[in-house]
Amino acid sequence: MSNQQTLAASEALPKKKVDVIPLLLAPILALAAYPVVGDMPTWATLTIAGIGMGLILFLVASGFTLVFGLMDVLNFGHGIFVTLGAYFGVSMLTGGVIGAVFGDQAPLSALYAAEDLGLNLAALAIAAGVGMFVTAVIGLIFERIIIRPVYGSHLTQILVTSGGMIVAEQLIVALWGPETQPLLKPASLNGAVLFGDIAIEKYRLMTTVVGLAVFAIMILLLNRTKLGLLIRAGVQDREMVEALGYKVKFLFVGVFAAGAALAALGGLFWGMYNDAAVSTLGGSMMVLIFIVTIIGGMGSVGGAFLGAILIGLLANYTGFSFPIMAAFSNIILMCLIILWRPNGLYPVAKR
Amino acid sequence: MRPPLLKLEKVQTHIGPYHILHGVDFEVPEGGVTMLLGRNGAGKTTTLRTIMGLWTASEGKVIFDGHDITELSTPEVSRLDIAYVPENMGVFTDLTVRENMVLAARKGKLDSARLDWIFTYMPALKKFWEQQAGLLSGGQKQMLSIARAMVEPQRLLLVDEPSKGLAPAIIQNLVEAFKALKQSGSTVLLVEQNFNFAKSVGDTVAVMDNGKVVHRGSMAALAADDNLQQKLLGLSLDSHQ
Repeated sequence: MSNQQTLAASEALPKKKVDVIPLLLAPILALAAYPVVGDMPTWATLTIAGIGMGLILFLVASGFTLVFGLMDVLNFGHGIFVTLGAYFGVSMLTGGVIGAVFGDQAPLSALYAAEDLGLNLAALAIAAGVGMFVTAVIGLIFERIIIRPVYGSHLTQILVTSGGMIVAEQLIVALWGPETQPLLKPASLNGAVLFGDIAIEKYRLMTTVVGLAVFAIMILLLNRTKLGLLIRAGVQDREMVEALGYKVKFLFVGVFAAGAALAALGGLFWGMYNDAAVSTLGGSMMVLIFIVTIIGGMGSVGGAFLGAILIGLLANYTGFSFPIMAAFSNIILMCLIILWRPNGLYPVAKR
Repeated sequence: MRPPLLKLEKVQTHIGPYHILHGVDFEVPEGGVTMLLGRNGAGKTTTLRTIMGLWTASEGKVIFDGHDITELSTPEVSRLDIAYVPENMGVFTDLTVRENMVLAARKGKLDSARLDWIFTYMPALKKFWEQQAGLLSGGQKQMLSIARAMVEPQRLLLVDEPSKGLAPAIIQNLVEAFKALKQSGSTVLLVEQNFNFAKSVGDTVAVMDNGKVVHRGSMAALAADDNLQQKLLGLSLDSHQ
């Protein structure tokens, strides 16, 4: 017996294959864009702007991809949480325009309009926190009413969640009014900081910092906590996690609510980026979210991060150099990537 | 006589349009290893999955320790201290060996004395403790899957074809591990195709065919009766060796 044990133990493991090529895609894209863009300061500005945009996309895509990974649920209504995030921002920071049920008085408007960066950021943090919390609660209701009856069938999920999205969009129109609601950035976040010749928009700097912080927290949570282990294990083999005695449905509901909250944060940032909230904000963003998720590999958080950065960069480079291609260049990128890796850059190993 | 730890009464299971189990009756006595044998497609895996609550019986009862558990969900069944080692091993390949074990220790922290006991039978797990489980060989993954079921004391282990696809030397290791489990007082219900393996660890046996249990008895008696084996399993020891 001891012979066989040593035999089994002495087998060496194959080396862990670190898949670095996908990680190189973003630097390669950035380098390839350099000669096209031409001059260094513009290129640097576009690159940083692209990363800032990519991180907003990541905030929204991370929830979408985990919801799919854990319970095989395709939530085409995820965009509604984005829209809600922006509208809660309007109601709390700037106040709505004519027709808005929630009125033109915003509780945080004084703080938000103050000419002080610290006060503005405080207002923004409070608005983001409250908006994320309320959207998480709405996410729980959405999950209970719309998602739970359609577990297991992708076609029904797509139909029902798309329908839920249309209803929810119209509810927003009913509550806030059909007009575009202005969501201007405070003066302290307008304009750019100059590093030599490189101009970096202050606002994008802020979203980049917040996006990176969220990504870091998420990676720590997924890799260093038991909750994170359960989520990663559940994405891979839900049945086995249940057979070990954990209720994956509770886990899923929690992830769904957290994903809704992150989408709301992304929506607030996206609305401020566009200086306005409209009821179609989230819906129009979902196309990009699908592309990001497909590029990254359905269910993969790391993949979604990579995909989001790629799409953010590409949008800025083409927007500057080939505006005519800006609308479809991301689809071309997605096609190329899935021709190369049909399951995305970092597919999740399923049973 | 002690009441059986697990009892199935006329269990019927449908999977979608397919009627797989047509009234399964058998008992698993407390302590020792009960083998569940049968040809491919006889319904052995479905029986384990029905006990585990992964599929729900449409008729009949699953009784564990005197309680009806037929309608319980999988996590609820697991929390009665019933562990499950599926046919595909269910190893989380993205996680390390340690992380796999941490998840299996649902009630608390990993107990180092118990780990040492597991490591004496599965030294590879100690060696590759911080490695990604996906890098393990098939036999090592199987060991990890069984070790997960052993990391906390369980009342009943359901193990689905642990020897499938493994080299004879590794199977011998498995035999030792199951003997150790038996000594520790655990009850095991083991699905197998490998008759030699079944013979060396089994105490009692139930043989299934076409979604029903067609034979119950002691493993030793079945092992001694070539004609009965031929009739029930369509094989004799000679043809299997």
